[in-house]
Amino acid sequence: MSDAVPILKIGTTLLVSIQVDLQDDTALQLQEDVAERITRTGARGVIIDISGLEIVDSFIGRMLASVAAVSRVLDARTVVVGMRPAVAITMVELGLSLGGVRTALDVERGLALLAPEHESAEDVLLAAAEREAR
Amino acid sequence: MTTAPVATATATERLEVRADSDVVRVRQLVRAVAQKARLSLVDQTKLVTAASELARNTLVYGGGGDVEVELVTDGRRSGVRAVFSDEGPGIADLDLALTDGWTSGSGLGLGLSGSRRLVEQFSIDTAPGAGTRVEIATWSR
Ligand SMILES: Nc1ncnc2c1ncn2[C@@H]1O[C@H](COP(=O)(O)OP(=O)(O)OP(=O)(O)O)[C@@H](O)[C@H]1O
Ligand SMILES: [Mg+2]
Repeated sequence: MSDAVPILKIGTTLLVSIQVDLQDDTALQLQEDVAERITRTGARGVIIDISGLEIVDSFIGRMLASVAAVSRVLDARTVVVGMRPAVAITMVELGLSLGGVRTALDVERGLALLAPEHESAEDVLLAAAEREAR
Repeated sequence: MTTAPVATATATERLEVRADSDVVRVRQLVRAVAQKARLSLVDQTKLVTAASELARNTLVYGGGGDVEVELVTDGRRSGVRAVFSDEGPGIADLDLALTDGWTSGSGLGLGLSGSRRLVEQFSIDTAPGAGTRVEIATWSR
């Protein structure tokens, strides 16, 4: 397992927070780590926070799409959050579409997307905190 | 018609591209020079993304090579010029290679065609057996 990217568990959701510029082999390793954590923890959702990324090129774009695809097969949903505006503009011009990958503006909205309809992100965080406390 | 700015370089930095970690270094260098050239954040992001694609091509298809990055000026505007060179197999059919979605490997086939859209100036010099040289530049507004 690589320790360049921390994977945290919040309730039944994995939070993958990419805070450093990833080299290609680290990105591939992360893909494996996420799949492994989903099966080990039974997580139902994955949030990938890319607010720390200054660019998303074709390689990272492909990695995000494939994490989402693998998660789906493992019965977990993926939301990519925190994309910077300049990154979004550049990705579109590059021709990169994150087809099939759900996106949200930030972690809180991402959690809300993954939560059952009646739950707010706050409820999810609260429930997770309660579970942790037990 | 606008004529391309006549550029004079004020500083040149050269990096070898032999491993994944070198591609990260190229991104960082291009970012630093783009900031010096006072490119807008969006233009910086486009240029760094293009540089990342081209450096990866140098590594993966060219078998490694080098990148030269320089801060350039035409007296009025500043800009960044980057040249990616390798002595690999070259590109036999350039039109095909520049087609969105065409890849000879397992990529998305967006690196060359996409990076051409992301920068202001883009040119390729390549021939089978003679390596590949891609030059890009973006100028401040
Ligand atoms: N430096 C190079 N030397 C030899 N061939 C190259 C070089 N750069 C690109 N090519 C050829 O051009 C094709 C298209 O390149 P491009 O970067 O657009 O796509 P890709 O690298 O295959 O996929 P992507 O960049 O989207 O991951 C490559 O598949 C390769 O055959
Ligand atoms: Mg490429």
